[in-house]
Amino acid sequence: MPSIEGALLDFKRLDQLATGDTAIHHLDPRAKVLVTLVFIVSVISFGRYELTAMAPFFIFPVVMVALGNLPPLYIVKKIMLLCPFVLMVGVFNPIFDRTILVQFGPIGISGGWISFASIIARSALTVSVALILVGLTGFPAICWALERLGMPQAFAVQLVFLYRYIFVLTDEGARMARARELRSFGVKGLGMKAYGPLLGHLLLRTWSRAERIHMAMLTRGFTGEFHTRNEFRFGKREILFLLGWTAVFALLRLNNCSQLCGALFIRILP
Amino acid sequence: MSHHIVEVKDLHHVYPDGTVALDGVSFRITHGESVALIGANGAGKSTLMLHLNGYLTPSSGEVRIGDTPLTRSTLPEIRRTVGVVFQDPDDQLFMPTVYDDVAFGPLNQGLPGPEAEQRVMQALERVGAAHLRCKPPYRLSGGEKKRVAIATVLSMSPDILVMDEPTSGLDPYARRQLLALLSDFHHTKIFTSHDLDMVLELCDRTIVLHEGKIRADGPTRDIFRDDALLAQCRLERPFSMQGCPVCSQRS
Repeated sequence: MPSIEGALLDFKRLDQLATGDTAIHHLDPRAKVLVTLVFIVSVISFGRYELTAMAPFFIFPVVMVALGNLPPLYIVKKIMLLCPFVLMVGVFNPIFDRTILVQFGPIGISGGWISFASIIARSALTVSVALILVGLTGFPAICWALERLGMPQAFAVQLVFLYRYIFVLTDEGARMARARELRSFGVKGLGMKAYGPLLGHLLLRTWSRAERIHMAMLTRGFTGEFHTRNEFRFGKREILFLLGWTAVFALLRLNNCSQLCGALFIRILP
Repeated sequence: MSHHIVEVKDLHHVYPDGTVALDGVSFRITHGESVALIGANGAGKSTLMLHLNGYLTPSSGEVRIGDTPLTRSTLPEIRRTVGVVFQDPDDQLFMPTVYDDVAFGPLNQGLPGPEAEQRVMQALERVGAAHLRCKPPYRLSGGEKKRVAIATVLSMSPDILVMDEPTSGLDPYARRQLLALLSDFHHTKIFTSHDLDMVLELCDRTIVLHEGKIRADGPTRDIFRDDALLAQCRLERPFSMQGCPVCSQRS
């Protein structure tokens, strides 16, 4: 049975992947963040019935996983976790949209099914590149990059703290859930009634922890500004990485490569 | 002029809900002393500690560090002088990596990059944690966290070290390591603790707090011999002064 703790352990693994030692890992985080953004914008700008044109975009996650030495199965599993949400979003399309768009001999495929598939492909693409970005860069470095790219520091700091304390918070949550479970003897305990105070208690704990952290920051001379080290350089390799992938995405976005390949294939056939 | 003196004069603190936490506390700790603040739960130890670097403001009375009274304008200087290590290292380590965390203080002091780096490495080596510098805090063990938390304060080169429950939650080996480390420091040191054996080992002087007042202030050994005093303040002799339970049963 999946538990909070199990999910957390898995999350730490993603973080650990970011300490890898490949050429992609060593690129300036800004380059990776920008390429990922360009990728996501290109993918979500497709029309709702476009499915074939999106297929070649899978090359980007595949290449990154290969170059970055990430475990592909792990990434796929993480994407699957989000599947239920995606299915919820798209599940009514085939019911409401019954216009036949494609005819395969006797079988007609309705627009609803195509847009449904398109939603799934889109989310698989965007979620996978986001996961890969974290796996190749590490969350704090992404925050750093976003800040350097113009995001206000307050947001960047919030994100860094969120990431730092999500482990502590889930730990506390898991401990409380365990304490409840151990005293409810297999029955549902007090059911939903027990969860109200539980959550309230968690909020209060979080509150007092926030106070203590603030205290620790003040004692070390915090005046409202975060000083971060700059250990990366946006050099030639980063420019090449950014321009190269942007060119590929532009090419794939403006031409339907699947169709072109198909046409070529049919022309070669006698 | 010495920064290493801590002087508290007739300190009162009343919390907003009306709880009187400190009720006329006065003491003076001089250069290089190692002092323990002990007392039952709720005796006012933590409240007193939070006054020493100005996190709480006294309801009345005064705190002086060296020749400087603690006021709003002297706060940055005092916070540099008095390094506070909190009980839960998770509160102290809030940056993404150990290195960033130890560098947090020096960078806030406005030190240039190379000098800050030198400070960080010195502090980490001092506590034997240089090899942990690239790790995120949530991947450290309890003892490692504690040592890194001390490094975050050492990197600001404070003159006075204040520590809340330094040995709580550590295994015996990590505790032993920490004691060795702390006895090496020549700072003025102030500890709050329930680990009375640690107090006996590290501190020559002990201040006993009871219900917001100072109940006793003197040489640690004398205080731990006064059983009546200890019992009144919900304390007891450190284990190392209680005699061996196995041997005493035999006789």
